[in-house]
Amino acid sequence: MAKEQLMSYEDAIERFEVVIGLEVHVELNTVSKMFCGCANNFGSEPNTNVCPTCLGLPGSLPAVNRKAVESSIAIGLALDCQIASNGRFARKNYFYPDLAKNFQTSQFDEPIAFEGEISIELETGEVFMVPIERAHMEEDAGKLTHVGGATGRIQGAEYSLVDYNRAGVPLVEIVTKPIYGALDKAPELAATYVRAIRDIVKSMNVSDAKMERGNVRCDANVSLREKGAEKLGTRTETKNVNSLKSIENTVRYEIRRQAFILAAGGKIIQETRHWHEDRGHTSAGRPKSDADDYRYFPEPDLVPVQPSKEWIEEIRQTLSEKPALRRKRLQTAWGFADLEFRDVLNSDLLDEIEATVSAGASPQSARKWWTGELARLANAQQVAVQDLPITPEQVAAIQRLIDSGELTDRIARDVVAGVLAGEGEPAEVIESRGLKIVTDEGALIAAIDKALASQPDVMEKIRDGKLQAAGAVIGAVMQEMRGQADAARVRELILERAK
Amino acid sequence: MSEITPDLVRHLASLARILVTDQEVEQLAGELGVIVDSVATVTKAVSGDVVATSHPIPMANVYREDVILPSLTQLQALSSAPDSNDGRFKVNAILDED
Amino acid sequence: MTEITSSSAAVLAGLISSKQVSSVEITTAFLDRLEKLNPKTNSYLHFNRENSLAQAKKADQQLADGTAVSPLHGVPIAVKDNLTTTDAPTTAGSKILEGWVPQYDATVVRKLREASMPILGKTNLDEFAMGSSTEFSAYGPSRNPWDLSRIPGGSGGGSSSAIAGHLAPLAIGSDTGGSIRFPAAMTGSVGAKPTYGAVSRYGLIALASSLDQIGPVTNSVMDAAMLQDVIGGYDPRDSTSLPNSLGSMVQSVKEADVKGLRVGVIKQLSSDGFQPGVKACFDDTIEKLAAAGAEIIEVDCPSFEYAVAAYYLILPAEASSNLAKFDSVRFGLRVTPDGNPTIENVMAATREQGFGPEVKRRIILGTYALSSGHYDAYYGSAQKVRTLIQQDLAMAFTQADVLLTPTAPTTAFKIGEKVDDPLAMYLNDVATIPANLAGIPGISVPNGLASEDGLPSGLQILAPAMQDAQMYRVASIVEKLYMDQWGASLIARVPDLEAL
Ligand SMILES: [Zn+2]
Repeated sequence: MAKEQLMSYEDAIERFEVVIGLEVHVELNTVSKMFCGCANNFGSEPNTNVCPTCLGLPGSLPAVNRKAVESSIAIGLALDCQIASNGRFARKNYFYPDLAKNFQTSQFDEPIAFEGEISIELETGEVFMVPIERAHMEEDAGKLTHVGGATGRIQGAEYSLVDYNRAGVPLVEIVTKPIYGALDKAPELAATYVRAIRDIVKSMNVSDAKMERGNVRCDANVSLREKGAEKLGTRTETKNVNSLKSIENTVRYEIRRQAFILAAGGKIIQETRHWHEDRGHTSAGRPKSDADDYRYFPEPDLVPVQPSKEWIEEIRQTLSEKPALRRKRLQTAWGFADLEFRDVLNSDLLDEIEATVSAGASPQSARKWWTGELARLANAQQVAVQDLPITPEQVAAIQRLIDSGELTDRIARDVVAGVLAGEGEPAEVIESRGLKIVTDEGALIAAIDKALASQPDVMEKIRDGKLQAAGAVIGAVMQEMRGQADAARVRELILERAK
Repeated sequence: MSEITPDLVRHLASLARILVTDQEVEQLAGELGVIVDSVATVTKAVSGDVVATSHPIPMANVYREDVILPSLTQLQALSSAPDSNDGRFKVNAILDED
Repeated sequence: MTEITSSSAAVLAGLISSKQVSSVEITTAFLDRLEKLNPKTNSYLHFNRENSLAQAKKADQQLADGTAVSPLHGVPIAVKDNLTTTDAPTTAGSKILEGWVPQYDATVVRKLREASMPILGKTNLDEFAMGSSTEFSAYGPSRNPWDLSRIPGGSGGGSSSAIAGHLAPLAIGSDTGGSIRFPAAMTGSVGAKPTYGAVSRYGLIALASSLDQIGPVTNSVMDAAMLQDVIGGYDPRDSTSLPNSLGSMVQSVKEADVKGLRVGVIKQLSSDGFQPGVKACFDDTIEKLAAAGAEIIEVDCPSFEYAVAAYYLILPAEASSNLAKFDSVRFGLRVTPDGNPTIENVMAATREQGFGPEVKRRIILGTYALSSGHYDAYYGSAQKVRTLIQQDLAMAFTQADVLLTPTAPTTAFKIGEKVDDPLAMYLNDVATIPANLAGIPGISVPNGLASEDGLPSGLQILAPAMQDAQMYRVASIVEKLYMDQWGASLIARVPDLEAL
């Protein structure tokens, strides 16, 4: 496909007003599926978490998971939504092989939650109120694998394979109203909003919230209009954008693409589009047409959801602290500078640092471990730092040994390497690798004497006030001790000796 | 005169994923036209203030607890599939769209 | 016909529990008969002697080891082929499901097994229960034992012809707009549609989810009551299943007493449009009831005029969605066109060849009723008519304990007579549809033979929702009036099938 032409971002923003709308799908982490008792498990053998209901076998019927309704109400409350006193499920009818019944059980005109808002703070400190139109319950579809053809993409595939393990996993779809006035910040606002939703559902423990697993997915709607125009422009919907970076890039790309077309007097086609992170652009999918007549009607196999006031209050009581408040509280408690704290947020390490601090490490040391050495190691291995096989408790234990002088920073890094290599707890790594600091002063002095003997002029220089000359001796001693000595103590001993 | 035109029948058949021949389209347009004219009398029976009944016996709040029930085995799941491969249901390639 | 195959289920159950006759002997007698006569009636689509006898043997063994597990212990039964069974194919009368052996048992089937009732086989029906004659079955029509050139009613004509022809002592049917009651009327048998939600729909291949209900097809009111007691009750797998017990139907039949009974006759369903002989049978019954001491009241249900129209919008709409799952991916037929077809082409070709003309007609009609721009006028209005019909019935039931109508406007018509006229076919259900729209129970009991053709006519008894026991009570009263007059059940007059 020919590469599409783009206007520069600055020119686009200068000329057009950007309107965005975001639809975020959150997979709930219930034990069982939305409408049947199959396990809601990621990574099982294909078609092993399936039953007549989620396979859509003739005669099967759905039964609503109470916990999924509870989690949906909780999400609605966390977004300051009203909870519907009479919600209903509806069937959304369309044919697709990953949709076992060829209709999706969803909600249409009577969603469980509606009319909410969430405040989003950008990096500059600017705060946007994002209006929420609705949050509704629905079920996920199965997973398609495209076989043959070039790259496992749908295009040119020879055939496809369907695994229905994910079919019927509970989803909550959160839909914003159109968001105006973000100007050049629209891409950042989109990504920050999705991150906020992710943080909320994670802190509430209603979703595993792992974007890389598709637990949180975003469809981004973008339209432009000439500044001052009343009428909204034609929008495009980019589907399943699955990382925060991609969301920002998608919105930015669509702004530039649409601006070029509009400025050239062209028309935007209302269509779904796809984001290709590797190639840095979106591509056209299917244009909207009357083939999108979903023929919604009330699901006759299910009865209405009419949560009582008492039930809603009960759920409200269990709501955890809102992420924005939590962030404020932690930054104050830890005394981090804004820049330091932003680093923590950007690398998504709030939970890890909090756990390390509660395991006994100082906030600064915990921060340094996670955003420093551990982030570096993760980056080298190309894994997420959260996925390194080391726990906050282990990090705190290692830090305690540094604080008590039993490890140097350098040796501590070896201990971390040992833990990551699967050699066991820090104490076991220290034991098996023989990594303890040599605190036997006799051994140190012997090593110093040995080094001094081979560099007789050093003592003279020190006595003449050239203290840096001690460096060469320290180096030799550390080598002798295979690094397992406290360099500061060695230095002290050398200086004492020179007196 | 009925509004069920052959083009509408073609469109409805495609929404319903049923292949129809031109001859079937003509026949269905005729038959459905008669039926639709007859059932359209419902529009005369009701006014705006009547509530709709979608469930004959009023009920609400029927839930199951969030517990796991036995699933089918992969073998059972695939036992009646027209075609399968690698533990999955096998289908022809999907039209190039999302 | 042996003494066994002409006996009621209640009598057979007594013989088994008192160990005078074994379940194997009884099951064998019916298998012998159906293997010989099914080619004439086409009542069964599938039967398997070994499988049925293994179940009968197990029932006998249980009895030898202890006591009966249910009041119908060991009595064999026929099951409509739109209920899933793990040990027999389930086709719903459609080519699209040919050869499918389900991975699970319907709740009703599980209950039959738990009650130790051997399953004789799966009975014929109009494809996906869409029809009132079985002429829309992909496997050929069933035939009426009263006259093999006539329809046995539909959609459950397999079950009704099996009962009337003594090819089964009991049968299970499903009723969306009359598919139990209309065939019962056509064959002189008893057919009951319980209150919506009284019997679990789990495992019933859905036609219209908000209208479908499973119920008994039998030789007598007592047999039907016994069977409803076995198959009824709450099922967590069906979210529309009624949480509370409706009581014992058998008990109600035993207590039947006409004293103080207020019988409503619906103005809209007692005047024109009925075959004169059918109307005469109905009037005769009303007179008999009055003579026996019942109070007869005429009630007005003006919205019934719109019932058939509303029904033929709601049913196709729900069916168009329910039948979307037949797509060649997970089960059933797959038709792959020539060339290099996409899955979309395969689905469309499969549904074109797998569905019969009536099913396609209704799917497309339902798709239209739900489509953008038409929903409010069609589906929306039809749901409102439903409310009006419920209101009419609520008013009528303040005046009368039960409502009586002829079950069907005519007696059994000839095979082929209406098959090309959908609208005429739809009007067969004019009297039975309101009960489905309102969710109330209805039963058809034999109401004598129409004078002009000597064929059975049916009497329908409707009761308020949840008052199935009341319905059985009145059905039993009517049955007794006729037994007193005829000295035997109507079905005893069915011609000898072996001679036909
Ligand atoms: Zn399942």
